[in-house]
Amino acid sequence: MPKWGPFLPEALSLFDKLWDSQVVAALPGGGALVAIDRIFLHERTGASALNALREAGRSVADPARVFAVTDHIVDTRPGRTDKTLMPGGQAFITETRAAANAAGIALFDVNDPDQGIVHVISPELGIVLPGCTLVAPDSHTCTQGAFGALAWGIGSSEAEHAMATGTLRLNKPKSMRVRFSGQVSKGVTAKDMIMTLIARHGAAGGKGHAVEFAGDAVEALDMEGRMTLCNMATEFSAMSGFIAPDAKTFAYLEGRRYAPKDALWDQAVTSWKKLASDADAVFDAEIEIDSSAIGPMVSWGTSPEHSVEIDSTLPETAGDRPLQYMALEKGESLAGKPIDAAFIGSCTNSRLSDLRRASALLEGKKIADHIKAICVPGSSRVKREAEAEGIDKIFRDAGFEWRESGCSMCFYAGGESFEAGSRVISTTNRNFESRQGPGVKTHIASPETVVASALAGAIADVRELL
Amino acid sequence: MAEPFTTLTSLPMPLIRNNIDTDQIIPSREMKSTGKTGLADGLFAGWRYSAIGGRDPNPDFVLNDPHFADSQIILGGANFGCGSSREHAVWALAEYGFRAVIAPSFAPIFAGNCVRNGILPAVLDAAAINAIEKASQPVTIDLAAEKVSINAAQSWPFPIDEEPKAMLLEGLDAIDLSLKMANEIAAWQTVDRAKRPWIYLGASQ
Repeated sequence: MPKWGPFLPEALSLFDKLWDSQVVAALPGGGALVAIDRIFLHERTGASALNALREAGRSVADPARVFAVTDHIVDTRPGRTDKTLMPGGQAFITETRAAANAAGIALFDVNDPDQGIVHVISPELGIVLPGCTLVAPDSHTCTQGAFGALAWGIGSSEAEHAMATGTLRLNKPKSMRVRFSGQVSKGVTAKDMIMTLIARHGAAGGKGHAVEFAGDAVEALDMEGRMTLCNMATEFSAMSGFIAPDAKTFAYLEGRRYAPKDALWDQAVTSWKKLASDADAVFDAEIEIDSSAIGPMVSWGTSPEHSVEIDSTLPETAGDRPLQYMALEKGESLAGKPIDAAFIGSCTNSRLSDLRRASALLEGKKIADHIKAICVPGSSRVKREAEAEGIDKIFRDAGFEWRESGCSMCFYAGGESFEAGSRVISTTNRNFESRQGPGVKTHIASPETVVASALAGAIADVRELL
Repeated sequence: MAEPFTTLTSLPMPLIRNNIDTDQIIPSREMKSTGKTGLADGLFAGWRYSAIGGRDPNPDFVLNDPHFADSQIILGGANFGCGSSREHAVWALAEYGFRAVIAPSFAPIFAGNCVRNGILPAVLDAAAINAIEKASQPVTIDLAAEKVSINAAQSWPFPIDEEPKAMLLEGLDAIDLSLKMANEIAAWQTVDRAKRPWIYLGASQ
């Protein structure tokens, strides 16, 4: 980007601003030591990271910035304890508890009122903030980029590094802007927007890039829709996805438990308002999507890139292996394909607005007789608020199970799974082989599409319900 | 600290499928302990065994082919290691005996996990990978020279950034390297604390 004179600063993208503000030092070879503001652990890998750190004779540099939660393998059936259906699962919970207490970090334990899926509770508690860096050993940490933060998933060794040093060693990724211009039509959600991007540009389409989501359709999303959009940036192989913070972002965070208060809040908001790409910022890659052309999406194969609009047929280019696994054929239509089960939950689509929209479509109706249907709120707070609105009753009356919050059957780390070989419509982010149980055929879709399909007993177009 | 990686000669095991995710490399149900070991038996369990949860080898899966029993290199497809960030996938590969994966592209978290555990993620294009598979003979990976070769006449350069290269070559521990910069980190935080006091929870709450 040329400078237009000695007095004009270079135009910067939001990513440049996020990155530049966190660089502690340049490293030999072109990398950088980057300051990490927040670290979140969960019980699946938290104990191993904390124990490995301790065994190496190291300590957590600043325990006030490290948080832990039980979400991945905790039981989500009512009346839960430390026991899980996963063989040996209890040890993950008890060892993470012991390690978190020993390290002096905050823990949102099994029955804590603030417990929930890490990417749901971190925003709820105001732990993620605009302009901060936040990491967790979970690939969907990019969800939290919805707040104008640089948030991304790491491995266990990097979690140890971040805890021990307050930094990570990184190479600066390239920048990409994905603009969703115009407005989506009725029945189309943030989930359909991100699935469209991945279907068109591939599961590796964002590789090596930090992706800013922008455009009218993104600005129009509420914070929970923005989280859904950013959630699947990792399915696009991006380092992270993020959105410039605005008045909606600040309104969501104000007053939350760990958010700044009073004068500090005002000072923070003043700073956060500068977090936007300059008008003439240049990106290494740009993608434009006409939002009005997006329809409700459903995946057909075993990667999120294997997705189509519900009223189109499976592509002729579909690979044999995913077709065989999913027991589908080229040219086949997904609409009308009978299903065995339906799942609403996961860090993609388990927030109050997701449950509200789903329950509005379910109210007064019954799902098809043969369907096993489960709704798992994303956090204990979402569950309480939904129950206060009577949403649980609508789900139960329609034939859904209503659960305690957690990752649950998004994958089957908790030891519970759908019946082997069954076909499931699901609001999760991954349709990998056996992701929701051995041999289970997962079709990912929006909560609306899941409800329409559960009612019909077959994959269905939500627009017919509207 | 990982074992240094310099050169490696091995018959590569072809597993050329796109989007091999970490759920396939180590299924969730195979992560039975909170530690980093005991994972090799679960490597590729869903493809490797005839029945889910069982241990009867599936003869059609390449990992069970005696021809590749001593292989330390996997030839993979695009977007290798996508999905969950679980480092157990890399721990399982390392424990089983793999030291390198050659693929057209890697998921970023997986590639970082590899480097931290002494496994080389080498990027070659699909044509080179197909040629290596077709040759069906041992290849040599020379990390210092950034080159995969079958013999003097057939070799392919692969790109790798300076820091992961140095970490692999020398078996360096990244935490030790960064802890040496403790003074710079502290100085940065002093400046940052004045700019963004709300970030420092211990002080403001």
